[in-house]
Amino acid sequence: MSAYTVEIRVMPRASLLDPQGQAVQHALQALGFRDVASVRAGKHLVVEVDAPTRDEAAARARTMCDRLLANPVTEDYECIVSP
Amino acid sequence: MHRVAVVVFPGSNCDADTLDAARAAGSDAYYVWHRDTDLQRADAVILPGGFSYGDYLRSGAIARFSPVLGAVAEHARAGGAVLGICNGFQILCEAGLLPGALMRNARLKFLSRPVRVRVEATDTPFTGSYARGEGLTLPIAHGDGRYVADAETAAVLEANGQVVLRYVGENPNGSTHDIAGVCSAGRNVVGIMPHPERRIAPALGGQDGARIFLSLEARNATQHAGGDMRAVDGRHLRV
Repeated sequence: MSAYTVEIRVMPRASLLDPQGQAVQHALQALGFRDVASVRAGKHLVVEVDAPTRDEAAARARTMCDRLLANPVTEDYECIVSP
Repeated sequence: MHRVAVVVFPGSNCDADTLDAARAAGSDAYYVWHRDTDLQRADAVILPGGFSYGDYLRSGAIARFSPVLGAVAEHARAGGAVLGICNGFQILCEAGLLPGALMRNARLKFLSRPVRVRVEATDTPFTGSYARGEGLTLPIAHGDGRYVADAETAAVLEANGQVVLRYVGENPNGSTHDIAGVCSAGRNVVGIMPHPERRIAPALGGQDGARIFLSLEARNATQHAGGDMRAVDGRHLRV
């Protein structure tokens, strides 16, 4: 078993309204960042997991996302394992 | 008299009002702690409003794994009545006992005020004492009340008459199809964002919410003990 760090990015599905991202976008534009075309806000989770292989660590993280960390109705996720 | 279990999670804050409302309607209502797995022969289960587990991760996402939810799911599968109010609705969606999900209000602000809703379905255990199309004033108090379902799911909900309450006049949170409450395909599981327990007496500003709780007691009764409900040809009317 080795220790792996899995960085999990959970984002609101692109087709759904993201009012938090919109509010941040408006705030950036109000600060003069006129070049901001869009902002979306999601969650970033860092999970340390013991697993026999890197693939196994990724598979465990995906199961965690399916069961708890992401809502399948409204969110998409991505898992990046290191090292 | 129906036995009504009001589930208490860490962070529930409408549990006492809900218990009072169920008792005022004539039910034998009692609390069940979220770690218990025995619903004590409940006829109906109510998941009250609040902020279970501080709404961490997503509203209802962690509460949905509380031990009691296994018993609630079993009760629902057996056709038992389940009502989720506000955070309870969020938990039922997270648990997959109701379709869809509840997301951040479209304008982000936490909303705590009365809204107008229309009763769209009266063939559920909690809305049988209303007339279809009846307008109600009920309070909302939520930050994550925007009901979301994909187009296909929303179409199925509409076709099957699973929309129980709908906002009228103004949609406060941007919900799909102005939905304020839905029920399961079997109609026994109901989730609503407004708080009927906060509107059960004139002293609370109105009593449009009382019949949510009275509907349960009025089921199969010829006349409600309180004297304000009467069944005519199997249909319960306010007299």
